[in-house]
Amino acid sequence: MSHNVYIYILIMFGVTYLIRVLPLTLIRKEIRNQTIRSFLYYVPYVTLAVMTFPAILDATASTWSALAALLVAIVLAWLGKSLFTVAVISCGVVFLLELALV
Amino acid sequence: MKRRENKYFYLKGIKMGIPIGLGYFAVSFTLGISAGNAGMTAVQAMLTSLLVNASAGQYAGFTVIAANSGYMEMVVMELIANARYLLMSCALSQKLGEETGLLHRLLIGFDVTDEIFGVAVSVPEKLNPYYNYGMMTVAIPGWSLGTLFGVVMGNILPSSVVSALSVALYGMFIAIIIPPARKNRIIAGLVFLSMAASFLFAKLPAVSSLSPGIRTIILTVVIAGGAAILFPVKEEHNEP
Repeated sequence: MSHNVYIYILIMFGVTYLIRVLPLTLIRKEIRNQTIRSFLYYVPYVTLAVMTFPAILDATASTWSALAALLVAIVLAWLGKSLFTVAVISCGVVFLLELALV
Repeated sequence: MKRRENKYFYLKGIKMGIPIGLGYFAVSFTLGISAGNAGMTAVQAMLTSLLVNASAGQYAGFTVIAANSGYMEMVVMELIANARYLLMSCALSQKLGEETGLLHRLLIGFDVTDEIFGVAVSVPEKLNPYYNYGMMTVAIPGWSLGTLFGVVMGNILPSSVVSALSVALYGMFIAIIIPPARKNRIIAGLVFLSMAASFLFAKLPAVSSLSPGIRTIILTVVIAGGAAILFPVKEEHNEP
């Protein structure tokens, strides 16, 4: 069965907007439940880590260039470089390595 | 008096929004490439960026579209990929004065992103909504136009450039998760565990047949849920 792209877009918009706007409009007090707070606190790290690895290895023309970019990104982020810097230098690593490898 | 203050914060927001918008343009360019790969047109991809304003959420959504998965999977996927905004909006609601009207709250909620949240939540005292509007004025066009150009130019650019740009989003994800991991051993351990488990899930015969979206959802709920029970967070202010 084929799905309608605009319904997909509408779902992405609706769910994401509700997540953002419900706390702003409904919850005037801070969430007290420690388990819910902790779960929400850990979610981004787990989700982004799961989505990054191993998917990044298949994103480029060569697994090795992607692995190198991943390691460089981790080092730069560890050193506190900005989101933008890390993203751009990761691209540069892949570009230069693939000139040499492929 | 109030109007002058609003104008001051709006202009200040525009100034803060310029580096955010430039960064968004570069990142959403690569997002446009993945949208194109998922079979979306430039207009559909730009419309998505205009409405959703979420890197990880859109990227995750595009994988659902590419796999032609069900609508329900899209709902759950967006809930998981964007769950962090729930916490950010909770924190942001504490920064708004009680007199802040519903319309302001609805507008601010349209563009709660990692970067805009980070700037808005760091103001001393209460947050003036016009500060957010200033940032949004620059950030939203940067994000949606970058996506548009990504779809259009992604097909024209040499494959070596596209290959290089494809890691930009992952680089950005790394830049979000590693600095807190450096400060917090539990997060560092979770990041490592998540990547290792994700690798296993992608390779093991039984689970690797599940779609990437479902695998992400299962791993997130199990690992973050386990961590919440084993290592409850005690501090008052925890910005994701």
